[in-house]
Amino acid sequence: MSALVEVRNLSKVYERGKQRIEVLHHVQLDIEPGDFMALMGPSGSGKTTLLNLIGGLDSPTDGSITIGGKRIDSLAEGALARWRSANVGFVFQFYNLLPMLSARKNVELPLLLTRLSAAQRKRNATVALELVGLVDRAAHKPSELSGGQQQRVAIARAIVSDPTLLVCDEPTGDLDRQSAAEVLTLLQQLNRDHGKTIIMVTHDPKAAEFAKHTLHLDKGSLVEDSERAPA
Amino acid sequence: MKYLQLVWSAMFRRKTRTIFTLLSVLAAFLLFGLLDSVRSAFANAAGSVAGVDRLVTVSKISFTLSLPKSLLPRIQALPGVATVTYANWFGGIYQDPKNFFANEAVADNFFDVFPEWQLSAAERTRFHETRTGAVVGASLAKKFNWKLGDKIPLQATIFPQKSGANDWTFDLVGIFRVSNPKQQSQESVLFFNWDYFDEARAFGNGNVGWYLTRVADRNQAQQVAQAIDALSTNSDHETKTQTEQAFNAEFVSQYGDIGLIVGAIMGAVFFTLILLTGNTMAQAVRERIPELAVLKTIGFSNQSVLGLVLAESVLLIVLGGAIGLLLAGVVVDAVRAAVGEAVPMARVGASIWLRGLGLMVLIGLIVGALPARRGMRLRIVDALAGR
Repeated sequence: MSALVEVRNLSKVYERGKQRIEVLHHVQLDIEPGDFMALMGPSGSGKTTLLNLIGGLDSPTDGSITIGGKRIDSLAEGALARWRSANVGFVFQFYNLLPMLSARKNVELPLLLTRLSAAQRKRNATVALELVGLVDRAAHKPSELSGGQQQRVAIARAIVSDPTLLVCDEPTGDLDRQSAAEVLTLLQQLNRDHGKTIIMVTHDPKAAEFAKHTLHLDKGSLVEDSERAPA
Repeated sequence: MKYLQLVWSAMFRRKTRTIFTLLSVLAAFLLFGLLDSVRSAFANAAGSVAGVDRLVTVSKISFTLSLPKSLLPRIQALPGVATVTYANWFGGIYQDPKNFFANEAVADNFFDVFPEWQLSAAERTRFHETRTGAVVGASLAKKFNWKLGDKIPLQATIFPQKSGANDWTFDLVGIFRVSNPKQQSQESVLFFNWDYFDEARAFGNGNVGWYLTRVADRNQAQQVAQAIDALSTNSDHETKTQTEQAFNAEFVSQYGDIGLIVGAIMGAVFFTLILLTGNTMAQAVRERIPELAVLKTIGFSNQSVLGLVLAESVLLIVLGGAIGLLLAGVVVDAVRAAVGEAVPMARVGASIWLRGLGLMVLIGLIVGALPARRGMRLRIVDALAGR
């Protein structure tokens, strides 16, 4: 099977004034379709940078990223934005929901970029909210939801346009143990039942246990790849 | 339209701030509506196409000085003259100075020169036959609830009667209407019979305030005007004759350059508004940087974010401005109803709305430009990391 994500010789260098910081150093990585991969490592190891590059939020200094057969490292801003909207769902540590919109309207946001009618957008958002078990809270604003519920709304927003790839940056970093377990179980279910390929950055070894395998990054290089037996 | 709710909810993210901003926009456009109404009233008075075939002859020294009535047959005899009439400003007060309206003594044939002022034949006959007769415009009659047969007392401010009394009483015998709705302000005038005025006044008998000449061919108006003025050359009553349109424009210019005054005031108001709302928009966008970054993350392009922020600022100004102009319309109508022609104000109609909407969109774009540029150029990874 050919890899969904192919990362070749990927480097990322930030320049802060006269200082040159190499965050990623010639990273090679293949992620198979349907994988659920946890990315771990100490702070500053380059986890989020690698995630941002794979998600098309940032551009590499060197190397290439091919996702679903398409080189995304050389796409212009507009094309990259269109690619993201069609192919990637994002889940953040702090949910990043728009506070003035209801849960349903938040979930509908990616669909505004499609040609779906208002009724279709509403229907799809409802389906996504059903999938995360929050259809009864569709009219609630984020401030009226718990942290776990907000993260589930964020997951519904990430999957509503049916992307192939979900990138999750510390999705349980702001949640209590029980809510974290619910969110991770939901991600597992999306991976197992809906075939979503998931890359998840986490500090938490217990969160990483929900993934199929774990990659470790240190000082900008991959140092270890541990595979877990199927549950 | 699908983005409207997103823009609307972003605008009201901080309700109190948005409401105060809306109030300041509303106040600015209320002021704009009122001042532009005054400016339009003056511009309409000066630029009316009516009157290009009518000439106004006044004293060359000042239009407040009288002219001898002996000029009448000499003007009438000039080639190109169709009709000549005359009038005099009376300046009477009805009950209270705040009830100001124009009132003039006019010759018998006055309405021949103003065919756009419609008075029925019967009322016209009564006007001629009633020595103390007066006719008023329909707007004025409506304002004071006058009906035919009413007696209208005016207190003279310039012309006492020979008896020394300042009380003049007129019998309302006719109500005229103006055919063009745009010139309805001309219905706020009272005319009364010249003969009564000239016989009863204490001084100035045999003189007229001004002559009004209707020319046979509007293209000959200039030549006829020169011929009229030539009649008085080197006399003690030299005249200045011009088309009614030019006369109105010159009359209005006595008040100063209304357009310049209104422009200066509105310039200052809008400059302040731009600073105020510009600051508000900048603050609103600064607070929403992470949210804009999320929009970009899920696929909104730089141009989409630019458009959303600009749409928000334009919507903010248009919403406040439209309410302001609506209020201006209500206030102008109320003022017109209350004081009539004492304060010249045009209705807040389509032209004021068009100018207002143009200004709203322009100000909205100016106000939103910098915040929108900031939103467009933000780097997703920096914004999400709070940098």
